Amino acid sequence: MEKIYHAVQLDTDKCTGCINCIKCCPTGAIRVRAGKAKILKELCIDCGECIRVCPTHAMKPIYDRLNVMDGYEHKVALLSPTIFGQIRNLDDLDYVMTAFKKIGFDDVFETSRAAELVSEATRKYMNAGNYEYPVISSACPAVVKLIQLKFPDLCSHVLPIKSPMHIAAKMAREEAINKTGLDSNKIGVFYISPCTAEVTESKNPIIDGETDIDGVIGICEVYHQLVATMEKLEKVEPIANSGLIGVSWAIDGGESAALMSSHYLSADGINNATNVLEEIEEKKFKRLHFVELRACSAGCVGGVLTVKNPFMAKARTQILRKYLPVSTNHLEKDDIPKEMLFNCELNSVEGMKLSDNLFEALAIMQKIDGIEKKLPGLDCGACGSPSCKTFAEDVALGYSNENDCVFIMRDQVQHFAKQMSLLGMNLGEGRADNIDDIKESE
Amino acid sequence: MSEAVRLSYDVSADDFTHAGEASGAIKRTLKKLGIDMEIVRRVSIAVYEGEINMVIHANGGVIEAAISPTCIEIWLKDKGPGIKDIELAMQEGYSTARDHIRALGFGAGMGLPNIKKYTDEMKIDTEIGVGTTVYMKVNFT
Repeated sequence: MEKIYHAVQLDTDKCTGCINCIKCCPTGAIRVRAGKAKILKELCIDCGECIRVCPTHAMKPIYDRLNVMDGYEHKVALLSPTIFGQIRNLDDLDYVMTAFKKIGFDDVFETSRAAELVSEATRKYMNAGNYEYPVISSACPAVVKLIQLKFPDLCSHVLPIKSPMHIAAKMAREEAINKTGLDSNKIGVFYISPCTAEVTESKNPIIDGETDIDGVIGICEVYHQLVATMEKLEKVEPIANSGLIGVSWAIDGGESAALMSSHYLSADGINNATNVLEEIEEKKFKRLHFVELRACSAGCVGGVLTVKNPFMAKARTQILRKYLPVSTNHLEKDDIPKEMLFNCELNSVEGMKLSDNLFEALAIMQKIDGIEKKLPGLDCGACGSPSCKTFAEDVALGYSNENDCVFIMRDQVQHFAKQMSLLGMNLGEGRADNIDDIKESE
Repeated sequence: MSEAVRLSYDVSADDFTHAGEASGAIKRTLKKLGIDMEIVRRVSIAVYEGEINMVIHANGGVIEAAISPTCIEIWLKDKGPGIKDIELAMQEGYSTARDHIRALGFGAGMGLPNIKKYTDEMKIDTEIGVGTTVYMKVNFT
């Protein structure tokens, strides 16, 4: 099995062992053990919720710094459209684009260009097929991982078109090769991202395994330098080539709106996404054709690696896109190009089942039930598991010890204290003829 | 051979907003056990219909479930008024729900027929003035 890479990592020195992260994790992937948080790698979907709530900043996003560019002859910045909403009073995408060329990049490419192609391809896909509705967007890697892990039956509903990030990277690389005549390995394509899940996705793609991205730089890493550079810009180059549809992908509902259909649902926030998937799994809403889910509030502008308030950024994006042409990028042919499509099936990921064997699973569940009955049901988290139910599971599976529950521990201490004091009294007399008292107290 | 896993849930009277909690919990348990999703879905719908029935007609009650390696059995127990004519109650579209319940969009007369449709076995024990127990069973294979 390949090594699981995650863009969310723990600085154990900073971790105080508080329970904020275990409580907010949507897949229950964190425990506190021996006073430190521990991420269960096979359950983590890189959504970054733990990074948001960690009071000591021990949960950290991992992304590349600007020096990742060193050694490449031609460096291309691939911009997520979320960057535009980060900038105050922006009325022209070219300010941002030009500024990137002043901070070390040779060229700039907008992911929103590929997003417009994905929108067009999705429209074709939806029109052509007779699918098991709803089709679920494949753009948010945290949501795709959530589906693989918790909703295996919905894997077949995921739109089999690669995300704009991957498609844009390929386009940017090809464009750079044509422009410069350089070998591909001398060209570096660096994605400027709002999102930890995209960092993981670029290092370890769910589909395909190959990527044209050489590094992922967090928006927060370049933000201040970018704004300072923009303020000093004398001449703005006309580089931008995105329309309203592409830029709208930065905010929730943007991808859906581009489909020109009313039968869609869009939801933002990882818990909302989970709830929607629960309903879809039960087939509660059959007239729905398309579902757009984003792990972050307000959409990608709410990503962990952004700087500004997500809702402010969303409002700025809405204002900015107003004067853009609808769409400036179009597919060349009638068919969806093969390289835009998934080249394998999206598989589910094991991790939530108790056991592959039903007999064994039932036996474990019996054990969990028995343990849960002894617990106070307060979900205090002091044991290091997110809830009493999860703790019972952890004990049943041998990952925790019953005495990690402070309430069970307290009862035991009380019991021992009582016995000790009775024993002490008897010892005081110098003989143990009151042994019956001890027995009665048990 | 392992014993059956037993679950039990209270259903409160006239509480539509919380109806669906028992079927949700049973669904999550079955998923955890790795039961095929198509079966999980059938059980979930049948229990949901039962829960709604208990809220509408019977002042709530208790839902008990037993999961064995071969099947799930569920008992919906209430102390409601009882069912006068089971044959009629099993007919699609027949309902004795009062107007204010219908105004909420319930009482379409599909509850019991749906339970029958989605389960492998169904039995109704009812006594006027004493209560009703609806038994259902869904096989795993």
